[in-house]
Amino acid sequence: MGKRLNTQYEKRPDIAQIWAWLEDVPDPEIPAVSVVDLGIIRDVVWNKDRLKVTLTPTYSGCPATGVITLDVQTALLKHGLDSVDIINQMTPPWTTDWISHIGREKLKAYGIAPPVGEASCAGMLRLGAADMPDIQCPRCDSLKTELVSQFGSTPCKASYRCKNCLEPFDYFKTY
Amino acid sequence: MSAQSQKNLQQYVLRLADNALIIGQRLSEWCGHAPALEEDIATANTALDLIGQARNWFAYASELDTDGRSEDQLALLRDERDYLNVLLVEQPNGDYGNTLMRQFIFDIWHFYLLEGLTRSADATISAIAEKSIKEVNYHVSRSSDLIIRLGNGTEESHGKLQEALNNLWRYSGELTLSDALDDEMLALGIGADLSGVERKFQAAITRGFHEASLVAPKIGYMQRGGKTGVHSESMGRLLAEMQVMQRSHPNLTW
Ligand SMILES: [Zn+2]
Repeated sequence: MGKRLNTQYEKRPDIAQIWAWLEDVPDPEIPAVSVVDLGIIRDVVWNKDRLKVTLTPTYSGCPATGVITLDVQTALLKHGLDSVDIINQMTPPWTTDWISHIGREKLKAYGIAPPVGEASCAGMLRLGAADMPDIQCPRCDSLKTELVSQFGSTPCKASYRCKNCLEPFDYFKTY
Repeated sequence: MSAQSQKNLQQYVLRLADNALIIGQRLSEWCGHAPALEEDIATANTALDLIGQARNWFAYASELDTDGRSEDQLALLRDERDYLNVLLVEQPNGDYGNTLMRQFIFDIWHFYLLEGLTRSADATISAIAEKSIKEVNYHVSRSSDLIIRLGNGTEESHGKLQEALNNLWRYSGELTLSDALDDEMLALGIGADLSGVERKFQAAITRGFHEASLVAPKIGYMQRGGKTGVHSESMGRLLAEMQVMQRSHPNLTW
């Protein structure tokens, strides 16, 4: 009996192995980083012979949320996992603090300045432009950069311009 | 939960859903037409945030629906009298100054309303509010930044904003006007305390107008009605445009 219990789920891949597979699932909007790098995958657990993967949306209106669910499902299916429940969980709300160190390096290499500093909680209402820290140009590392627009190509990014190499770039806002 | 209290909770959630949806729809009318590329993108992104928030509220309203209507059916197929958004959000865009002023008034109120809802005894409401308020923080900083800069800009930019304020301020009273449904939801610990929201809203917006060198007009009678489904003239045209695809191709999906 004891032996059967131990071997009952012997075909289940390791959780660590599954995380490694998920690290190959790119974010649909910024394919240079994976959904794991961005902190979108919150939890992976076995529940008997079914795998439960918990995701969190980055922004309420993020059109990629549905695609990510599908991509995760497809990736796991490719590795033979067909009993997967994907849960979309809203709380605690996603924050850029969850982007991994590797994720930040990949963003920079891709030409997007990674978020600077820690996200404050919603807190107090402030009037006027959001405080933007000094942002380093992802191409030439210069700190001589200026904000062009608080909203860039997607809600999560702001548009900047480098005064040193004169190139425009996106900054992933602290959030 | 009794059938009646479930219906009341759904009505409360639909008000939140409709506010976000209708102002999101208005903002998306600028897509491709805003005065500068950066503004076009920023407006579209704000609309995207708000329509995303609306989807979260509609998903919950659908769960609470005793007739089993989907979020799309609720969002896109009700009749005008069943939409419960405040009058402010349905007001036509007008010029860009008018759109910015409408957004500024909305954003400040929206922030404090959501702040109250983060403490809701209803776990779904507090979760959506917590998620949304992070986005609204950026909306407030954008609209207040523009209002302050343009209010202190040229004679023309100042004049346009003051005119927009004169035109829109009559819709501000309804934002914090409590009715029987608000009172019931507050008593249950589910809804936000609108008198607290009003105090904070008035303090912040007065400071904002002051910094922008603008003056809110004295209004004798504040317009009201949207929260109970009595809308202004422009709502019919907005719905006609928003609903045309669903009405002419029933059950259409993307
Ligand atoms: Zn540079």
